Amino acid sequence: MKFGVITFPGSNCDRDVVYVTRDILQRPTQRIWHEDSDLGDVDVVVIPGGFSYGDYLRCGAVAQFSPAMRSAVDFANKGGLVMGICNGFQILTEVGLLPGALVRNRDMRFICDRTPLTVERTDLTWTSNYTQGQVVTIPIAHGEGCYYADADTLKSLEDNQQIVFRYSSADGVVDDSNNPNGSLNNIAGICNQQGNVLGMMPHPERAADSRLGGTDGLGLFESVLQAALSIA
Amino acid sequence: MSTHASAPIPCSPEEIASEGLKPGEYDEIVKRLGRHPNRAELGMFGVMWSEHCCYKNSRPLLKQFPTEGPRILVGPGENAGVVDVGHGQRLVFKIESHNHPSAVEPFQGAATGVGGILRDIFTMGARPIAALNALRFGTLNDPNTRRIFAGVVSGISHYGNCFGVPTVGGEIYFDQAYAGNPLVNAMAIGLMETKEIVKSGAAGIGNPVLYVGSTTGRDGMGGASFASAELTDESEADRPAVQVGDPFLEKSLVEACLEAFKTGAVVAAQDMGAAGITCSTSEMAVNGNVGIELDLDKVPVRETGMVPYEYLLSESQERMLFVGHKGREQELIDIFERWGLHAVVAGEVISEPIVRILFKGDVAAEVPASALADNTPLYERDVLAEPPTYAQTAWAWQESDLPDCSVAGIEGQSWNDVMLALLGTPTIASKQWVYHQYDHQVQNNTVMLPGGADAAILRLRPLEGDDGSSSQSGVAATTDCNPRYVYLNPYEGGLAAVAEAARNLSCVGADPIAVTDNLNFGSPEKPVGYWQLAEACRGLADGCRAFDTPVTGGNVSLYNETVDSDGKPQPIYPTPVVGMVGVIDDLDKICGQSWQNSGDQIYLLGTSFGEGGTVTLGASEYLKVIHGQVAGQPPKVNIELELMVQAACRHGIRQGWISSAHDCAEGGVAIALAESAITGNLGATITLSNATLSNAAQRYDHLLFGEGGARIIVTVAPTHQTIWETYLKEHLKQQWALLGTVASVDTQLIIQTSEQETLVKLDIATMADCWRYAIERALN
Repeated sequence: MKFGVITFPGSNCDRDVVYVTRDILQRPTQRIWHEDSDLGDVDVVVIPGGFSYGDYLRCGAVAQFSPAMRSAVDFANKGGLVMGICNGFQILTEVGLLPGALVRNRDMRFICDRTPLTVERTDLTWTSNYTQGQVVTIPIAHGEGCYYADADTLKSLEDNQQIVFRYSSADGVVDDSNNPNGSLNNIAGICNQQGNVLGMMPHPERAADSRLGGTDGLGLFESVLQAALSIA
Repeated sequence: MSTHASAPIPCSPEEIASEGLKPGEYDEIVKRLGRHPNRAELGMFGVMWSEHCCYKNSRPLLKQFPTEGPRILVGPGENAGVVDVGHGQRLVFKIESHNHPSAVEPFQGAATGVGGILRDIFTMGARPIAALNALRFGTLNDPNTRRIFAGVVSGISHYGNCFGVPTVGGEIYFDQAYAGNPLVNAMAIGLMETKEIVKSGAAGIGNPVLYVGSTTGRDGMGGASFASAELTDESEADRPAVQVGDPFLEKSLVEACLEAFKTGAVVAAQDMGAAGITCSTSEMAVNGNVGIELDLDKVPVRETGMVPYEYLLSESQERMLFVGHKGREQELIDIFERWGLHAVVAGEVISEPIVRILFKGDVAAEVPASALADNTPLYERDVLAEPPTYAQTAWAWQESDLPDCSVAGIEGQSWNDVMLALLGTPTIASKQWVYHQYDHQVQNNTVMLPGGADAAILRLRPLEGDDGSSSQSGVAATTDCNPRYVYLNPYEGGLAAVAEAARNLSCVGADPIAVTDNLNFGSPEKPVGYWQLAEACRGLADGCRAFDTPVTGGNVSLYNETVDSDGKPQPIYPTPVVGMVGVIDDLDKICGQSWQNSGDQIYLLGTSFGEGGTVTLGASEYLKVIHGQVAGQPPKVNIELELMVQAACRHGIRQGWISSAHDCAEGGVAIALAESAITGNLGATITLSNATLSNAAQRYDHLLFGEGGARIIVTVAPTHQTIWETYLKEHLKQQWALLGTVASVDTQLIIQTSEQETLVKLDIATMADCWRYAIERALN
């Protein structure tokens, strides 16, 4: 299982993902420059956090036109595994691989904190190592992480069970007081209908090293590795 | 090619004054040039001879700082200091102020302050791994202060978050003294990524001089001079003197620079910060004993019609000057272009030690480099023989001047009321409203989260190259200065700032190794202002020697005064901020401030016997907040005791005996206990004995809220109690006390006297609510 991590000018969590996949999990990891359309032989494409191209227009709006991103879309459309974290999630909504949009946080301020998330689905390649309803604590760090979609889109996300993570209390209560940024339906992460594309605002790569506190995010990467094993 | 040399006529007094130069200084310029300067040259002298660039008032005082030591690889004079942190790793760090820009335009002022200090770090060949900020504001009941505060925090957040450096610590004080003149001091730390430390001295006659990074425009014109003058009502009109930052561009710039340095094609590099092209050309020339010729027509611009004066004084951000090896220009240009940045050959190194500026085929300026950056004015002033009246008046205050108090409280307020009032004071309250806006986890090395300990802790792991996942070593960092102490006694206050920084590092288990300092003062031209500066520097110097933490550089910001509408200058409190770094060899041996386990024993280290006066209510937060007084002598630093207590704390942490450590600062023992209780969500019953705490303690408020005394509160598990106490008896003699035991979750903090009279009894939840949300409430 080989990971590919895209770097745009302005990406700043690319090395953090590489640290987890290459150094902690000891898996081959390739860095992909935004101008490269060749994704090589990677099995998973990770679109990392940061401020791609400065995010001056709209978060992720410019990144969608990069050669690497065009290839990632083709890769996803053929069933390839694509994960967008934070700015990566914003890019995935801009490029149309995931529905909805990420807008300014409810309090109009950047938030860096650790938030409990409830795992809503465990039948995905991304989450098989978690248990249904498990609460995991994962760091967030964003100014525009409030998930928004129109009522129809939201309904279809719910109906199709595309919501993978929701902000919750430490004991799994999903309500307004446990919603850091005002996301509709407390959405922290969603997948596409097929389940091969995942987007999430929280940073699992920041919760993968026991030296830095929690390791609740490691389960996500390990799920992917386990899926690879079972396929092999 | 024609030269200007024959042309210039004397500059008018107005022109001279508009550059912030004094008539006597103009005469000196003429002497050094052998002629009158033209307008552009006058502008160059104006910025280079400002305090910000040439330290003309502070240099004689800075000389007394210790600057050498076995760990010091690069001391003052370069873009940043470099220290050896062992394991083959080198740490680069520095602090710098952006006070005046932040007063006028809080968001951009603070943002570009962060940008500037990050450039200082990566210019040396290091990757920035952490940022800290020392901030001072007026009081939050003033709408203008709320605007400045929110703007500054948002500017720091914007720049640091986008750049991708974790902002992990610092300190914030609120006091009326900063109402019109906030302080924004940004500190950055980097880890060397290139083999050689990149320095600023130009070398190699004929080598190309490259301009890299962003374009040049009219923004930030003369910012260095602006930063070296008092703020007035008209300062608002100086808004163009504030630069505009682009953190995205800087993020690309750090990647491109580090890549370029690794090629070996770069001879020297200098950040274009204050005084832009003028400063970088002259300092690179002087540091290399050569000259630099630069053609302004080659400089990429963002606006048209600029004249040499504007090019030379622009402080457009995210720009650097390189000297490259001849023949390898293209290699460098390609790297920058790949990152979407400019890189052009704009000049060359020349043998004549001058800065020669070309514009449209003419020589627009030609000045001996040393006249700009070395042979600059120096003002040795006399220090007041007697402390000024304000200090002598304040020193007359004694604790006995306070109203009587009893077990029940003081002047109708119970000690519970006083505790909550202090916990809700923005200076003491939790800063979570601030640090939740800073990305403090990016780069995956933040071992201690903000608010978790007395100092920030970062793992030292190279981000490029090696697999650093097994890295066990770390760095701790803190910024400290209690400005009220410095105001009331600049010498003791300066010394106390160093002692507190070292204590904070010791509380997490780190060995203090080096200092960067940011001297924020009023006008040195006034006797009282100069006395404060001189005395504080003496205190800092003595402190840095005592704690064996040499100064590797820093920043001087004078003229921090607001001229009020009556024309009276209001200086800030003298604020010498100490930024200190410490090393941690084993990240398994650290601790935070929160109480960890019910049943742990609570100790006070640093109890002073018979010393009288080292613990005092003088200059305390209690005296200010509860009694509205700024008076008395600040606590006198007992260096010997500090060193002993700090060493004991570090030893206890390394042996694994200590499970939490927190120093007693503003608010004294009672507030330190409350903070450890709140953050650990564990209560305790504490017995403060009059007899053991201090022989001078006749008052309950002194007992609870007195400050000073080199004190640290630590907790130790019962299993280690015997060995720990044996160690204490041997190393601290009687300078410690057992205060109580940590209780269970969600209980109360009870503080009583040795006669079991209850002084404080508060639910953790009540204290937590008050402390945690005080700033948020003050803003809404």
